[in-house]
Amino acid sequence: MTPAVILFPGSNRDRDMIAALTKISGKPPVLIWHTDTEIPNVDLIVVPGGFSYGDYLRSGAIAARSPVMREIARRAAKGVKILGVCNGFQILTEAGLLPGALMRNAGLRFVCRQVKLKVENAHTAFTQHYWDGQVIPCPVAHHDGNYFADPRTLRALEDNKQIVFRYADDTNPNGSINDIAGIINKKGNVLGMMPHPENLIEADHGNISGRRLFESVLEVAASEAA
Amino acid sequence: MIKARITVTLKNGVLDPQGKAIEGGLASLGFDGVGSVRQGKVFDVELDGDDANKSERDLKAMCEKLLVNTVIEDYAVEIVV
Repeated sequence: MTPAVILFPGSNRDRDMIAALTKISGKPPVLIWHTDTEIPNVDLIVVPGGFSYGDYLRSGAIAARSPVMREIARRAAKGVKILGVCNGFQILTEAGLLPGALMRNAGLRFVCRQVKLKVENAHTAFTQHYWDGQVIPCPVAHHDGNYFADPRTLRALEDNKQIVFRYADDTNPNGSINDIAGIINKKGNVLGMMPHPENLIEADHGNISGRRLFESVLEVAASEAA
Repeated sequence: MIKARITVTLKNGVLDPQGKAIEGGLASLGFDGVGSVRQGKVFDVELDGDDANKSERDLKAMCEKLLVNTVIEDYAVEIVV
């Protein structure tokens, strides 16, 4: 059971992600630099948060065109589990691995606070340890988390149950359409989300409800590899 | 050498919180009657060679592949010289 974490210049949530994955999978993840064109055999590829390339042009735009992303697209097509958190979500949408776009927060401010997340689909590889309708606390920290998709794409996301997490109880921090906080691709192996589950891993974080996401996907990936 | 200007604008129907904030700024300066403001981007690009048709094709490819997020943005390419 080996996860990998992709590093871009300007990533800054990579350490939290590495700590979380190490704690949960029992060994440190493989670290992949953005110029690498090959990724070893791994069961989960994580694109962490941060400010790749200083958010120049558009958040995630330049990182999405870096060499390593071509290999990530190939792995995604093969069914390897891919998780993008925060800037990672922005990168996955910019790379076309997830639909829609993440725009400037409606309030124009960087938001760093705890929100409530409703698990809309507990039947994905990433959410099997939650239940449908479960509401969990989760921190967000972003400037461009305002999810947008055209009406047709949005309808398809709703119809296919691709909206995995929604901001609950009026805690939408960014104006995101339909309160969308996280979506999965149609095939069910690429998840992008703005909130940071890697920051709710141990009791000292105040809550461990982020653990289940990693436990779920690592368990599913292990059973598929067996 | 060919000089070109690429103008990127938000698509109709895409909310523009920055444009809204600029509208508010103009109103507080006393500019009445500003219906709406939409913020966009301009790229000035210089290309080697003098084949305008090829340059235009290349510029459009650059827009589609990097400069523009076609989910939310439209663009126009103009060869200046």
